[in-house]
Amino acid sequence: MSPISRGFRGRRSTPAGEEGRVPPGQYVTKDFPVLSAGPTPHTPLDRWTFSIRRNNSELKSWSWDEFQALPAETVTVDIHCVTRWSKLDTQWRGVSMDTLLGAVDHDEGYILAFCDGGYTTNLPIADVTGGRAWVAYEYDGQPLQPEHGGPARLLVPHLYFWKSAKWVRGVELLDHDEPGFWETYGYNMYGDPWKEQRYSGD
Amino acid sequence: MEGTAVQRRLTWQVANVTATVSETPSVRTITLAVPDWPGHRAGQHLDVRLTADDGYTAERSYSIASAPGEPVALTVERLDDGEVSPYLTEDLRVGDQLELRGPVGGYFVWEPTDMAPLLLVAGGSGVVPLRAIVRERQRRRSDVPVRLLYSSRTLADVIYRDELDSYGDGISVSYTLTRAQPPGWTGHAGRVTPALLAEVAWPAHEGPLAFVCGPTSFVETVAEGLVGLGYPADRVKTERFGASGGR
Amino acid sequence: METLDGNALAGLFAEVFGEDMTNTVITCRTCGTTQVIGETVVYPNPMAAIARCRTCTQLLILITQIHGVSCVDMLGVA
Repeated sequence: MSPISRGFRGRRSTPAGEEGRVPPGQYVTKDFPVLSAGPTPHTPLDRWTFSIRRNNSELKSWSWDEFQALPAETVTVDIHCVTRWSKLDTQWRGVSMDTLLGAVDHDEGYILAFCDGGYTTNLPIADVTGGRAWVAYEYDGQPLQPEHGGPARLLVPHLYFWKSAKWVRGVELLDHDEPGFWETYGYNMYGDPWKEQRYSGD
Repeated sequence: MEGTAVQRRLTWQVANVTATVSETPSVRTITLAVPDWPGHRAGQHLDVRLTADDGYTAERSYSIASAPGEPVALTVERLDDGEVSPYLTEDLRVGDQLELRGPVGGYFVWEPTDMAPLLLVAGGSGVVPLRAIVRERQRRRSDVPVRLLYSSRTLADVIYRDELDSYGDGISVSYTLTRAQPPGWTGHAGRVTPALLAEVAWPAHEGPLAFVCGPTSFVETVAEGLVGLGYPADRVKTERFGASGGR
Repeated sequence: METLDGNALAGLFAEVFGEDMTNTVITCRTCGTTQVIGETVVYPNPMAAIARCRTCTQLLILITQIHGVSCVDMLGVA
């Protein structure tokens, strides 16, 4: 056990009254930390598409303009990063995954989201439907910044934030749960912050 | 075999703070007593880990400010929005413990066996490992000629000023102040540019060895500038700190 | 966000490999560039230690430390 550093608290604090909103092991931040595993992609909007794929073939695709024309929602959610920070009342605008998946026939149980830069993450379809997930292109009333995943990222606030894949370009429909980037490296396949499912086996 | 250091796998160990010295209003040098310290090389660093009572930990890397043979010392700059540096520069007291891992780093290291003229280029707290290199050069009575170019925001931000100004023959120190210069300032002003490097750095044909340390953008600008002056890339050693000055 | 270099991973490498690796020369499997580990591009990320090729940005080395076990992936290194 590491020796305690006398008097060290770090940046953490949980505002009074918010304890019930903060999953175990998390602290509340007013910042919006940027975590990166590689260079920030910069796909021009006139080349951006969001696709739904199955078996390497594209079932449905939207250009940026087509995507902007879809019905969109503004939501306020709490987000929880596996690195222990939580940010409350974050506001996003985007297209519900229900709208996107509703455009294709599917009976698979899982998706693998894929992104510019090669990042992937896996999710059960049940966790990205029923109003639980969006493809968000605005944060806090402004176009989503590249460092935070712009032009668009997945938003799945009930799971650890590594599942809210930045620079998302589509989802692959799968009949099995296929580990994505972080899941391959030992992070939990599901990632429920309320059960502290940070790592594989938790 | 008396005096042989036991080879053990590098891992975290606990050191005691034996002294703290204020270098500037926001910079402090912390001297440590480290049990079984194996000795270090000039330019190396160590990792520091702080643990709060709920188990929360934060790790940062800091260059070793002292020369081999001197007590281990770190020089830390306080960052306003930092998580670790305010603790190290303000809260830590003599007698406290500090968990560390090191010394590490075999790439950004200088030995007097390298006889090439030495160019040291520092941005802000990047001067810390370079000061250790200068002290090692003195300690080993090396004749290697040294040019140090040190970029700081203001004169008040210059770390180790008295020591750097005390060096005589063989060590030439130039300062450039980027944000404000005092009245009558005869040093350089503004950021390090290819023109300033051309003026201050050893010419490439003398076969110099360069060490560049500081914030990432500073290091990359300077390294590119030196390569542009003809320095072979493998004769420009770089160590990037975060914009924060620590790592 | 600002990147660092392989020097920032020196302590982790020494702990995991048993010796300093910053001076070790590696070859990028993707583009063939040789570089010392100390000069790779490091993304400061608490989830894993990540070193990428300075020339082509492909992932060279990734190290996680989870539940006391270190896992090293060097598939990007030739």
